[in-house]
Amino acid sequence: MTSETKHLEVTLQTQVESVNLAEEMCLRVAEAAGFGEDDCYRIGMSVREGVINAFHYGNQEKPEKKIHLAVDLTPDKMIIHVKDEGKGFNLADVPDPLAEENLLSTSGRGIFLMRAFMDEFDVVTGQNGGAEVIMSKKLPAPGGEANGQSGQGGSAKTPHQEA
Amino acid sequence: MALHATHRDAGRVTVVDLSGRITLGEGSALLRKTIRVLLDDQRHLLLLNLGDVDYIDSSGIGELVSAFTAVKSRNGDMKLLNLTKKVHDLLQITKLFTVFEVFTDENTALRSYN
Repeated sequence: MTSETKHLEVTLQTQVESVNLAEEMCLRVAEAAGFGEDDCYRIGMSVREGVINAFHYGNQEKPEKKIHLAVDLTPDKMIIHVKDEGKGFNLADVPDPLAEENLLSTSGRGIFLMRAFMDEFDVVTGQNGGAEVIMSKKLPAPGGEANGQSGQGGSAKTPHQEA
Repeated sequence: MALHATHRDAGRVTVVDLSGRITLGEGSALLRKTIRVLLDDQRHLLLLNLGDVDYIDSSGIGELVSAFTAVKSRNGDMKLLNLTKKVHDLLQITKLFTVFEVFTDENTALRSYN
């Protein structure tokens, strides 16, 4: 982390309300960083999905566990970390929600959406064994289109699904 | 904005007018309850008007799919009306346009149940 990086970190309760809280917090950072409306929507949605995953799958809705949200604002991009206290998971094991047999599944689209809406996305195993989602979006160019798409992730893009 | 749901009869079809956000928590729960009540009331032909739904997350998508399969399991049908751009794009990238019948005109949608 360089001296130009701004860092924000918050520990959230494992409860539904944390999803909205995390989304609102990151939206404020994204707006202040100059992202336009479309990118703010994508960032907000991705944060929601990351925290929903941590809440439901990672921490299995156990209130004694916490969700750790961190945002780094570098000169180039906004990086978001969402870490849970669960058992972790392998991205390759996540079913493809676009596969014919999964289209009527009532869950399993969160990771797909984060991949679709952010420029970079990865899941690593945290120091204490939980899953840590790390995703980023490139900052809009100075003086660029405020409402345009600054990065590559976007609603028109169908991301490659590895699973 | 919390989700609001009202319904009205249009011949054999029940139109469900939704407004707000369908997201994890109250939004998804209200949609689930609304569909369950309608199905229990023997209303099996549903048209969900999403014209005032400006936001759906993965939980909301899951709830829509769940509603669709519940209606189908009763030999009914559930279609969607008036998608906002964000919801339209979301259904497109998740390939759910291949599952749901989507309309932009209510009369056309209602005629399609015949």
